[in-house]
Amino acid sequence: MSVRAAVISQIETVAREKSLKLPPLADDLVLLGSGLDSLSLAILVVRLADQLGYDPFEAGLSEMPITLGDFIRMYERHAA
Amino acid sequence: MQHEIASLRELVEELDGSAATAIRSATASATLRDLLDGSVLGGRTAALAGRSVLLATKEQLTTALALIELDGLVRRVVLYPGDLASAYVPEVIARAEVDALVGDAKAPAVGTYGVECFTASEAVVRGANALPSARFRTEWVLLTSATTGAPKLTVHTLQTLSGAISRNPKPRDAVVWSTFYDIRRYGGLQIFLRALFDHASLILSDPAEATGNFLLRAAAAGVTHISGTPTQWRRALMSPVIGHFAPRYVRLSGEIVDQGILDSLRATFPTATIAHAFASTEAGVAFEVRDGRAGFPEEFIRNAQGDVELRVEDGTLRIRSPRTALRYLGGEPLPVREGFIDTRDQVELRDGRYYFVGRLDGVINVGGAKVYPEEVEAVLNRHPRVRMALVKGRRNRITGAIVVADVVAEPASEDNGGSDDALTSELMQLCQRSLAPYKVPAAIRLVPTLDLSNAGKLARTVD
Repeated sequence: MSVRAAVISQIETVAREKSLKLPPLADDLVLLGSGLDSLSLAILVVRLADQLGYDPFEAGLSEMPITLGDFIRMYERHAA
Repeated sequence: MQHEIASLRELVEELDGSAATAIRSATASATLRDLLDGSVLGGRTAALAGRSVLLATKEQLTTALALIELDGLVRRVVLYPGDLASAYVPEVIARAEVDALVGDAKAPAVGTYGVECFTASEAVVRGANALPSARFRTEWVLLTSATTGAPKLTVHTLQTLSGAISRNPKPRDAVVWSTFYDIRRYGGLQIFLRALFDHASLILSDPAEATGNFLLRAAAAGVTHISGTPTQWRRALMSPVIGHFAPRYVRLSGEIVDQGILDSLRATFPTATIAHAFASTEAGVAFEVRDGRAGFPEEFIRNAQGDVELRVEDGTLRIRSPRTALRYLGGEPLPVREGFIDTRDQVELRDGRYYFVGRLDGVINVGGAKVYPEEVEAVLNRHPRVRMALVKGRRNRITGAIVVADVVAEPASEDNGGSDDALTSELMQLCQRSLAPYKVPAAIRLVPTLDLSNAGKLARTVD
């Protein structure tokens, strides 16, 4: 599974568990405008760390992701 | 030594006639001078003199205005946070000997609790009141979460709460304060008081408002000074509108501050003062760190910081100062030895600097909200296939920590009709039904065994 597919699939799982209705998961979607709150994002980051074996946030970045595209690229950069 | 302020009303009386000092919420605003001959209590303020009053309003603005009217007039005022379940109201009333309840239009006080009820308005009604002068050193009671059930009731006074606030005799550039916190929690209350002591306006947050909208509202109101938890700041930094906001002073507290969030804030606000403070409801505000680094210098322990003394004993930070709480109401004593309050926050010394590493009692701090592992374990243990559960915190850079659980379960068999996948999903649903969302484990792992300590208790370690 690609990094992108893993991220999308985990977002869909969190949304299902929390009964969130998310807009289409496009790259320009603003993460915090999508219905995901900080708690959902934390769950997402922890589960992705279990699945992919790394947490790019732990790498000490100084910019926070704003859009879904930013978020996916953080993981892809780390995987590369 | 600065002149001691006896009551909040004194601060409002100091405002000069032209001052437009105001408190603004997302939907309303009030000018503080209006309180000198006005009231949010419909002229019934005097009827509350000398009583123990529970302030349980929906709107923070109503609480802010009522507090200014009531401080010094009532014997005791209890602040009920907007996010706390109303189920605890009867026990809080009993333990704080409450004999008057103040609500607002959105959370009307009702007579079912056997105490007299008052309804406060968001707007100050002018001419409604000429306040009697302050007669009491009012006790301010703050609610904090406890291991199980009802919250702890922590007693302060205006003097203990405002001990960390120094007044600048010369007016500086205009200051406008704001905070992501609810002002009925210790961290938010500090900012409410700072604004009043500075004669500055205050912009209140609103749980129903999206982060981006709050930031735009704060920017439009000219907010210069703002505080929040690291989690609230990370969320703000993920907002596309953060670039429209340029505060001069950015403050963090309420959670462990890591280097990542300090660096992110520095990159976003290159010229602002960025400070992180250590404070707790029981210990009060202990110190502020402004050097841009996580943790605090070892010298804070060796040399008293003003009237605050720090100690590290058995690996936890202890604090003695005039800002600590006076006592808990109707329950256990404060964790004090030789006048030092044990914060139960564990610290580690590395290269001349102390760093916070977690809580001695295993409390998990999820974005500023405290989770006692025992409460979550009790829910997991209700499932017939669960033999033992260990709940702990796992670090992440979004909410600081998050709840995860290790569970020892009876193996799946035909008798119990289950599979392991079905069990974890049942446990997840059980937790979602029984617990607030931030207490629900993000991951539940089935493990063959759990370690016990020498005392036969679950071995709790900081991850």
